[in-house]
Amino acid sequence: MSRDEIKDVLLEIIADIDEEADFASLDADAPLRDQLDLDSMDFLDIVMELRKRYKLQIPEEEYPQLATLTSCVNYLVPKLQQA
Amino acid sequence: MRYTPLEQVRSLYDVIVVGAGLGGLTCANRLAAAGHSVLLLEHHLQLGGLATWFKRGGHIFDVSLHGFPYGMLKTCKKYWGKAIRDAIVQLKSIVFDNPQFSLRTTFSKDDFIRILQERFGVCQETVSAFFATVDGMNFYDDQRQTTRELFDRFFPGRSDIHRLLMEPITYANGSTLDEPAITYGIVFSNFMNRGVYTFEGGTDRLINLMASELRAKGVDICTGAKVDRILVEKGTATGVAVKGRTIKARSVVANAGITNTIDQLVGRDQFPSDFLGRFGKVRVNNSSCQVYFGIRRGETIPDIGDLLFTSTAAAFSSEEMRRMDTGSRTFSLYYPKTRPQSPPDYTIVASMNADYDDWAGLDQAAYRTAKETMIARCFADLERYLPGIRNQVDTVESATPRTFHRYTLHTKGTSFGTKFEGLDISRSLHKEIGGLFHVGSVGIIMSGWLGAINYGVIVANDVDGYLRG
Repeated sequence: MSRDEIKDVLLEIIADIDEEADFASLDADAPLRDQLDLDSMDFLDIVMELRKRYKLQIPEEEYPQLATLTSCVNYLVPKLQQA
Repeated sequence: MRYTPLEQVRSLYDVIVVGAGLGGLTCANRLAAAGHSVLLLEHHLQLGGLATWFKRGGHIFDVSLHGFPYGMLKTCKKYWGKAIRDAIVQLKSIVFDNPQFSLRTTFSKDDFIRILQERFGVCQETVSAFFATVDGMNFYDDQRQTTRELFDRFFPGRSDIHRLLMEPITYANGSTLDEPAITYGIVFSNFMNRGVYTFEGGTDRLINLMASELRAKGVDICTGAKVDRILVEKGTATGVAVKGRTIKARSVVANAGITNTIDQLVGRDQFPSDFLGRFGKVRVNNSSCQVYFGIRRGETIPDIGDLLFTSTAAAFSSEEMRRMDTGSRTFSLYYPKTRPQSPPDYTIVASMNADYDDWAGLDQAAYRTAKETMIARCFADLERYLPGIRNQVDTVESATPRTFHRYTLHTKGTSFGTKFEGLDISRSLHKEIGGLFHVGSVGIIMSGWLGAINYGVIVANDVDGYLRG
């Protein structure tokens, strides 16, 4: 998957979790948590959805790498190369 | 609702969930949504665990419906769907009445900030600093500070403020001033977010909606199915033995008490000694007593508030609150708005904290007398808010720690799981036995309706990771 495709998937997953999420003003380099009212349970939902879709296992100690949209994409690019 | 007879279930599942409390129900729902085959086994004839209800004298009595934090709206919407979320409504009138103060509040942060300043004369900076501190607490923070130290830091010598801040949380989860401040801060902040909420339609409607959701996702549900043993082979969970049957599974989630899980369902012999050493330090929380009053059909009572924190004790004391002769109790008022679709019904539930050991050893006659005395005390207190209520009540029932033990099987009838140290044991169970997970009230923060549901989601994620690993 390309960076843009991964980004779209992430936004789609987040939109499912938080239907009021406003992506128009989203700063890709700032923490998602602060901008979208996401809590730790929401991040768990993202992890579970990625596992379901791509059989991707994200260990708990790597959750911090999901902090911003850009860091998510950076983290996922090598893992979703074949997807 | 009718469930699947045990003899009709399959011989192999991806997951067997043992126990249908809110944590077990939610875990089952998430795992089924993720595509796993799930069997849910419950020893009782009804689902819900302590999120339960019963019928007596033509009334429906809710055991733990009042009330939960605002966070339930988001949690229910995400993990159970909009129909359940949309039935969540606020309880706007929370009353405190004790020798130190009497007041009415929405039990929300804005209102508490106002009350602390206007009624208790605390300066705005202190109130803001206190809220900033508790709002910023995380479960992985330093545990050494106790709630007592937290209160003494911000409100030294103010036993009245300590009571305002602590009493509701002690009723909500059995915690004391000597436990980690973070367990207090996290739960208190959850409630302070936007007040106290309840489920319109009653506990029965909530649990029935959840059961429908589970069945729509293909979860097999058996009630009256008490699991004798969780089977472990070569360090891995392989299924359960239930009523003479063996059902295999790739993973097992115990939604029993953590102590029940290790001592009875799995057996201590399956665990290494260092783990058992840590487990040995786990303290179960206290139990509860309740007295249920049904108002004669056709009669009405005035609105005196939704949830009353009442006490005749001079000051807050979690020890006093657990005594058999405690003067501290909550009254949950269930007006007809609780079940707007049903004929008008008024019920009142008095709840008290209690120690199992005080009640366990009583012989039949002493037990009966103790219950009657408790009912009399509750009536006397209720008369102060609803004069003449005795003449309007047509049904009275009571529950003690023995009752809680009988219906939940929890060690010492605990109503709130374990103290903080139970969380680590619960979280590390799968590291000791592959494919074995625990969800249930542990560590105070994973307790209560919201805590139990969220913990069910957290554990479902662990199980899903294991099954797909």
